Amino acid sequence: MKSIFLAATLALAALSSAAQQKIIPAQSSIRFVTTQMNVPVEGAFHRFDATVSFDPKHPEATKAEFEVELGSIDLGTDEGDHEAKGKAWLNVAAFPKARFVASSVKSLGGDRYEASGALAIKGATQNVLAPFTLKEANGVRVVEGQFAVKRLQYKIGEGAWAATDTVADEVLVRFKFALPAK
Amino acid sequence: MTPAPTRYTPTAIALHWIVAALIIFNLCFGLYTVGLPLSPTKLRYFSFHKWIGVTILGLASARLLWRAFHPVPALPASMKAWELKAAHVSHALLYILFFAAPLTGWLFSSAAGFQTVYLGLIPIPDLLHKNKEVAEVLRITHHWVDYALAAVIVVHAAAALKHHFIDRDDVLVRMLPRPKPKSP
Repeated sequence: MKSIFLAATLALAALSSAAQQKIIPAQSSIRFVTTQMNVPVEGAFHRFDATVSFDPKHPEATKAEFEVELGSIDLGTDEGDHEAKGKAWLNVAAFPKARFVASSVKSLGGDRYEASGALAIKGATQNVLAPFTLKEANGVRVVEGQFAVKRLQYKIGEGAWAATDTVADEVLVRFKFALPAK
Repeated sequence: MTPAPTRYTPTAIALHWIVAALIIFNLCFGLYTVGLPLSPTKLRYFSFHKWIGVTILGLASARLLWRAFHPVPALPASMKAWELKAAHVSHALLYILFFAAPLTGWLFSSAAGFQTVYLGLIPIPDLLHKNKEVAEVLRITHHWVDYALAAVIVVHAAAALKHHFIDRDDVLVRMLPRPKPKSP
């Protein structure tokens, strides 16, 4: 009896093709673009992790959790990195990680999808809609998209930095995640 | 054949003094801004510094063009050979540094990943890809080019004053705006 139950469970697990997967870090990236004095300035986070169960046939059943180590920020200058990790910006000492939990994914037709979920940074949580494309080649699924974050909703850039005439409120986040297709 | 002029034209005089004021201001302003702690003010000042640099690059090009089409007043016949040589070398250095200072700044800015957008309106293309090591080399280069420019400017000004007060020739005066004749 017990073994029949176990077999049934295994069969069910096999049926739902969306097993939990880890991203392939070497082929994945999280970049962002801030606007300083009307000038787009690009940066990146180098360390992040994600657990994803995604089946293109059943996007609504998606479960995905992303964690970004904010201390891995790279703005291209030591002075900028140091400032960004400080209290006024990301306050990495108190809030080392940002987290995005996708609560649903819907198909937008073709290879386009849209994830919605909660993005938590620096103790604040906001809902985010992130459209992305899905491409599959050589056994790798690549999810690529972007969304905008209003930094002031997360109090990223406090005090003098809260003024948006030097650093704009809107920050564009560009993500690319590679997952094994099977 | 037109005789060699004895004075610079009003255009040349205007360009000389505008560029002089912008360069001296921007050298001091850049040095001051580098020392500021990172703040919105610092980002703003760096943008202003770059805009002034771009302006200098444009005006220095205009001066070079002017020189290409206008004979310059001859140097006083009383000057010794080494003085003539020094005058030519220092002027050549000035012109090289007029271009080297803004160009190394522009390259540094490109390599650091901060594009220059003139007056916040006109994007100036990045000449290099973002690269931390290259940016550091260019930062140091820009720094020393600026010090060299400052040094040659001091020599230039000292020489002009020597011409005026010691040699008592017209080298300084011919680059000064001519006072308006008094109305009767």
